[in-house]
Amino acid sequence: MRWLWIDCITEHEANKRLVAIKNVSLAEDYLHDHMVHGKTIMPFSLMIEGMAQTAGILVGTTSRFKEKVILAKISKASLSCDVTAGDTIRYDAAIENIDAAGASTSGTIDRRVAGGEAWERIGRVELLFSHIDKNMAGTEFPEHNFVFSDNFKMILETAGLADLAD
Amino acid sequence: MSHDEIFQKIQEVLDDALGVDEDEVTPDASLTADLGAESIDFLDIVFRIEKTFDFKISQGELFPENLTENPDWVTDGNLTDAGLTMLKERMTHVDFTAIENGNRNVSKIGDLITVNSLVNFVEIKLGG
Repeated sequence: MRWLWIDCITEHEANKRLVAIKNVSLAEDYLHDHMVHGKTIMPFSLMIEGMAQTAGILVGTTSRFKEKVILAKISKASLSCDVTAGDTIRYDAAIENIDAAGASTSGTIDRRVAGGEAWERIGRVELLFSHIDKNMAGTEFPEHNFVFSDNFKMILETAGLADLAD
Repeated sequence: MSHDEIFQKIQEVLDDALGVDEDEVTPDASLTADLGAESIDFLDIVFRIEKTFDFKISQGELFPENLTENPDWVTDGNLTDAGLTMLKERMTHVDFTAIENGNRNVSKIGDLITVNSLVNFVEIKLGG
C-alpha cells in the first residue's frame, strides 16, 4: 500500500484541475522527527509528494487510469512559510500540457492555520509526469496499474468520483 | 519572428527546463553533453517549446525516438546507412555531419542535438 499524502479531493474539473486537502496531525509519527526550534514542521518534501499525488491523480483521470503515471521531474518548487500540526494544506493542481508521452502540471499550495478560516498562498510546484509504458520502450512492466492502487480508488470513491476509473 | 528572437526564447526554455544560465546556452552547445539534459528533460523541452511558440510537436519529431527497435536503422549499437538517411530526411533541423564521418554509436546521437537544432526546428515549424 502506498502512503497517501492527501486526505480527500475537494474539487475536480475534468482533464483540467484537481484540488485536494491534507490535515496535518500530531498523530502522524513523521512530524515528531521533524522539529525546528522546538516546533513540529511538515517537511516540504512531503508537501511536494502531496502535490505529486494530487496532480498524478488528475493526469491519471485523463486516461481513466490506464496509463502508469510516474513523477519524472520536479521542475520548480518554492515554499514561503512553514506548516505545522493543526494546519490544513490545500493542493490545487492543473494540467499545463499532456500527450502520449506524459504531462506537465502546475500547482499552488495554500495553508489554513489551526483555528483560522482564510487560505493563504504559501507555495508553487511545477511537475513533469511520464507515461512509463510509452517512454521505456522494451522495458517490461506488470500489466496491472501498480501506480494507482486501491487506496487511490478509495479516495476517488470518497469524493464521489469513482466513475472516473474503470 | 526573427532568428535572434527565437534564439532568445529557446535560451529561456532551456534556462527553465535544465536550470542552466543563459550564457551557457550558446548556439553550438549540445543539450546532453554540454547542458546536462537527460531523457526526461526532452519531454519537458517539447512541452515548453509547444507552449512558448504555440504549435504542437509530434512524438519523435524534435528528438529521435525508438531507433534501436528497428534493426534496419541500428545494428550492434551503431547507426546504419539506412538509419542515417532516415534521420537526415526526418530531422532536417539537426546537423549529422559529426556522426556521418565518425563514431556511429547510437548513444552519441543525442549529443548532436544542439541549441541551434532547436532554433532551426522552430524556424522550420513557424515557416512551414
